[in-house]
Amino acid sequence: MTQDIAPALTRPIERLNPEDVLKAIPFAGFLGMRLDLAGDELTARLPYAPHLIGNPMIPALHGGVISAFMEMTAMAQLFLSETFHHVPKPIDVSIQYLRSGRPVDTFARAIVNRAGRTVANVEVQAWQEQRSQPIAKLQTHFLISVD
Amino acid sequence: MDQAAFSDMFGTIIDNTPYMKAIGAVYDGRSDDGLTMRLPWREDLVGDPETRVIASGVVTALLDNGSGMAVWDRLNEFKPIATLDLRIDYMRAAEPDRDLLVTAKCYKLTRSIGFVRAFAYEDTPDDPVAAAQAAFIIASPSLTPKG
Repeated sequence: MTQDIAPALTRPIERLNPEDVLKAIPFAGFLGMRLDLAGDELTARLPYAPHLIGNPMIPALHGGVISAFMEMTAMAQLFLSETFHHVPKPIDVSIQYLRSGRPVDTFARAIVNRAGRTVANVEVQAWQEQRSQPIAKLQTHFLISVD
Repeated sequence: MDQAAFSDMFGTIIDNTPYMKAIGAVYDGRSDDGLTMRLPWREDLVGDPETRVIASGVVTALLDNGSGMAVWDRLNEFKPIATLDLRIDYMRAAEPDRDLLVTAKCYKLTRSIGFVRAFAYEDTPDDPVAAAQAAFIIASPSLTPKG
């Protein structure tokens, strides 16, 4: 038995690149989001596009756009810090909207608070012109199977 | 305002919300259970290429939008509202190639806050893909531009 397991344990771990993961997800392309990687630090960018508007009168980004962007950022950060072979499934998200999203580029950074054997807890902040003035905060749990 | 006139306006509102139009969401009527939106499955909204399941972020947007409209429905007028927070539990994956429905109901309205419960499902809210709990702030004089 030990001999059968041994090669698996010594096999190099193939960690998926968050950028490759995002390219494989059609909805990430629909949003048009990008990732800026600096070592293990990841900043997600959502370039402004007219189809992301929720309220054309203000105008403001759709709240669902901001939360979707933040959910994707949380996932990308997880791929950076953990090894997965499947897209992690969200269990829940909690979003607080702090400011209206203006029709400009939006940025987000995520922190993995804890990645256990079955659940990961991730929080995300999104901002536009000033990082000290976040437009939204998101807290989420993912069901993960690190295999 | 009578119900029929209200229904017409919800359809118009969704058609004039760029992001809802972009994902292909439509108004699907109202009942005592709340008002309903419908989203046909589409390839570019997929969040997991392996399973072809729609991205959780799309479900979030639909729940957010439906919840906001539920507040207007309960108010029986179109005051400016903003999502304060949104909590979503994802119970299971949405089925590929099937329409996703969201039914939202504002179960409590105070002078300044609307509390909403919403469900995303294919067949019946008893078998939900996701459930949402949201709080909306309703425009008070301080939110109205001074003119």
